[in-house]
Amino acid sequence: MPQLAQIAEIYASQLFWLTVFFGAILVFIGYGMVPKIQKTVDLRDDKIAADLKEAEAAQKAADALEEDYRAGLDAARADAAKANAEAKATAAKKTEASLKRAETTIDKKLAAAAAELAQQREAARAELEAMAAEATQAMVQKVAGLSIDQRTATAAVKKELTHG
Amino acid sequence: MAEGGKIDPMHQFEVQPLFGQGWEIAGYQIPFTNSAAWMAATLVVLGVFMLGGMKRELVPGRWQMAVEGFTGFITGMIDTNIGKEGRKFVPYVFSLFMFILFANLLGLLPTAAAGVHAFTVTSHITITGVLALVSFALVLIVGFARHGLHFFSLFVPHGTPTVMVPLIFLIELFSFMFRPISLGLRLFVAMTAGHILLKVLAGFVINGSAGGIATLAIVSIPSFILMIGISMLEILVAGIQAYVFALLTSLYLNDAINLH
Repeated sequence: MPQLAQIAEIYASQLFWLTVFFGAILVFIGYGMVPKIQKTVDLRDDKIAADLKEAEAAQKAADALEEDYRAGLDAARADAAKANAEAKATAAKKTEASLKRAETTIDKKLAAAAAELAQQREAARAELEAMAAEATQAMVQKVAGLSIDQRTATAAVKKELTHG
Repeated sequence: MAEGGKIDPMHQFEVQPLFGQGWEIAGYQIPFTNSAAWMAATLVVLGVFMLGGMKRELVPGRWQMAVEGFTGFITGMIDTNIGKEGRKFVPYVFSLFMFILFANLLGLLPTAAAGVHAFTVTSHITITGVLALVSFALVLIVGFARHGLHFFSLFVPHGTPTVMVPLIFLIELFSFMFRPISLGLRLFVAMTAGHILLKVLAGFVINGSAGGIATLAIVSIPSFILMIGISMLEILVAGIQAYVFALLTSLYLNDAINLH
């Protein structure tokens, strides 16, 4: 095994060159580069953590905004509903009032019409009486040959009419 | 390498000087060997890979993601095993993990196809042992610096009966002292065994093909299929061994920092 057989011959050289090259690795790479690389990694990790925190804050803010928006929307809805109800109530009241007014007008018209009707009926009745009396007078003249005056005829007719 | 049709599966572990044979420090020979060359390659490849992760953009690209995946992997491991206090050991554990991982993987590359024999740095106890000793020394330094002599309480678990304390202390101390050995040996043995197995199977493929159509069908082809599976397994082992080394280092560091 040359590793053991050669030891006496090569140990100094092996040790020297190991010191040189491993020393170079330790100094330039181990202490020169690794801390810088690790710093970059740590910096990136910090940045990611900070960004994540920021994103979380933004998320929270967005949630709050949405909540506000929701609340605003709800309030607006409630307002709208209230206005709607009020408008409905007002409209109903107005309708009621105008209905009442129309009713009274109609009542008045109705009363007038009824009065007129009664008057006309009365007039017609009087005319009918007059005509009936005249007819009675004529009938009595023709049938009995009696001449009765208008007043008697009318009284008789009235009496008959009231009897129906 | 091949002598009379024989293929030496151990040849791949031989360290040979490439240049600088005369170099020395205080009398110690330090030629630039193939081992050193593969360590250099590990440094270069790892450096290029890491540079791709240095754009440091807030929104990472694929390459940056890959590099951050590795740093995040080690940082996560340290965070779970040690806690926030372990962060200052991330550079060391990361360097350890990446050096072992890249050295393991580079040693598996079929560079011999291009005429360069791959060398697995981590298949040498002289490398893994030193890395283990560095980790062990770090644990000792951190432990004694933070807790002083109180660090020895690591060897006496909570609730040990007073009579048992000396014995338990010795057992725990022994297991503690054995840590660097097992740490270094585990990686060295895993890498060595895997590469020997691959080389032996490769020898079967080559020698079988030389023996005619029958041995080709009976020996070479099954061996080659087996090699494909074992190569995949070795890639997994390369990752797992690097992970185990880094994980155990972080666990030992946790002992040193938080005691029990």
